[in-house]
Amino acid sequence: MTLDQARTLIAERFPGAQAAGDSPMVVTVPADVWVPFARFAKETLGCWFFSFLTAVDWKEEGLEVVAKIDNVDEKLSLLVKTRLGPGVSACPSLTGVYRGADWMERECYDMFGIRFEGHPDLRRILLGDDWEGHPLLKSYPVDAPHPPFR
Amino acid sequence: MSTIAPSTRVELDYTGSERLTMNMGPQHPSAHGVFRAILTLEGEQVVGIDAVIGYLHRCHEKLAETLTYAQYPSIASKTDYVAAMTSEFAYVRAAAMIGKIEVPKRAQYLRVIAAELQRVASHLLWLGTWCLDMGGALGGGATVFLYCIREREFILDLFESLVGARLLYGFYQVGGVRYDLPPGWAEQCRETVDFIDRRIGEYERMLEDNPFFLVRTQGVGVISRELAQGVGISGPLVRGSGVNYDIRRTEPYSSYEDFDFRVPVETGGDCYARYRVRMVEFRESLKIVRQALDRLPEGPISSRPGLKSVAQIRIPKGEAYARVEGARGEVGCYLIADGSAKPYRMKWRGASFSNLAILPHIIPGHKVADVVAIMGSVDPVFGEVDR
Repeated sequence: MTLDQARTLIAERFPGAQAAGDSPMVVTVPADVWVPFARFAKETLGCWFFSFLTAVDWKEEGLEVVAKIDNVDEKLSLLVKTRLGPGVSACPSLTGVYRGADWMERECYDMFGIRFEGHPDLRRILLGDDWEGHPLLKSYPVDAPHPPFR
Repeated sequence: MSTIAPSTRVELDYTGSERLTMNMGPQHPSAHGVFRAILTLEGEQVVGIDAVIGYLHRCHEKLAETLTYAQYPSIASKTDYVAAMTSEFAYVRAAAMIGKIEVPKRAQYLRVIAAELQRVASHLLWLGTWCLDMGGALGGGATVFLYCIREREFILDLFESLVGARLLYGFYQVGGVRYDLPPGWAEQCRETVDFIDRRIGEYERMLEDNPFFLVRTQGVGVISRELAQGVGISGPLVRGSGVNYDIRRTEPYSSYEDFDFRVPVETGGDCYARYRVRMVEFRESLKIVRQALDRLPEGPISSRPGLKSVAQIRIPKGEAYARVEGARGEVGCYLIADGSAKPYRMKWRGASFSNLAILPHIIPGHKVADVVAIMGSVDPVFGEVDR
């Protein structure tokens, strides 16, 4: 599948999505089609390879969730993004589509406090269970002490 | 942290036996770092595993937001400290992509030489420790380990004369490399490469003629092609499961397209297939080093010479995802720059994090002793898992 074919298919199925660039192709989708888009990318575009999932804190503009998926046979590489909106910290989970999303979403919850709805086992992964706050939020200061100390 | 994850619990049809919860780690020698696996056992059989990670977490991603583009590369080497060269590589490549910074041809070749020697050094450590984990049946236990460590020392000697450090280098810079080859380095490197090339065949014979090694690795820890891609494992693991994914081929960077090398792919998906992939990679990496030394172009080693201040590199607003083929797979850096001296956001895609995430999917159903063999074949480095 060429890039142009992929772009056409995306435009046909998801009119709300914007695709730009080629390596990786950056696709911005509305949050309500986050999971359907991932399923479409896996089944139709052949993006079976789940590279990573993370988030970006755009301060007052809210959180953005980013996932990178690849079709390794046809060298198609997608960076899929969705804006959750100001004050929103809930996002549908991709665990039903990609098994690799399990740990990635746990890490994202740990670092940003995003609750992935539908995740089977959403708990902290890198920090301890009793940790307070979510370090990668821009509101979390780097130069202040954060209990519990270890 | 201490409860068994429902998603990873596997119900097997056993009668009359009681379940036992066994803690493996955090200081278990076969984990090669701090990793705790809470195993649920039925006799010798593992029926559930909860992997607990995070003991080595330093929040590299937050740290990167507080350091400039010139400061962070030497910290990046502390993610995957067994293959520090390739960790630095991903970050400087991402920064250069956003800033559209050219890298001189000589610097590109020097980067390739360092990265490939690093892959050999890392695979040597993997082979030695893996055989040590699997115990006395393998050539007297510590034999392969000591041989591998000796060979790795020769590569570390090369790095020491090049950079001045043996483990964490700071060799890569945005726009080039920090040091040029010292006099006599190329000859020494050629001798080391030839020496290691001769030794690889000996290890292969030692292991593959050993029926115990074959029994412990063949058919153990099978990862299907579909599972491999869904979880996102990369490097020798995914190539051992029949997926031809090597970033040096998929998206050639740093002049990798100039070199003639083969990407080994095995279809078995078991520990033995992963072992075979890495054994071929040894030779291919050595081949690349030889080619790069033969054709090393003259010229500058950095497009930003004479960097005086750490804040001197200004990267314009933008974002990029740079991936390189590290010893353990896809090492990626997703960087967002806001035009200041420091990145706005940096996401580190550690190959070991995704590779380790395969464990809950493949370990249930195996014996406890196989957990050690499987974990060794995954080759996790916990600096990169926990970041």
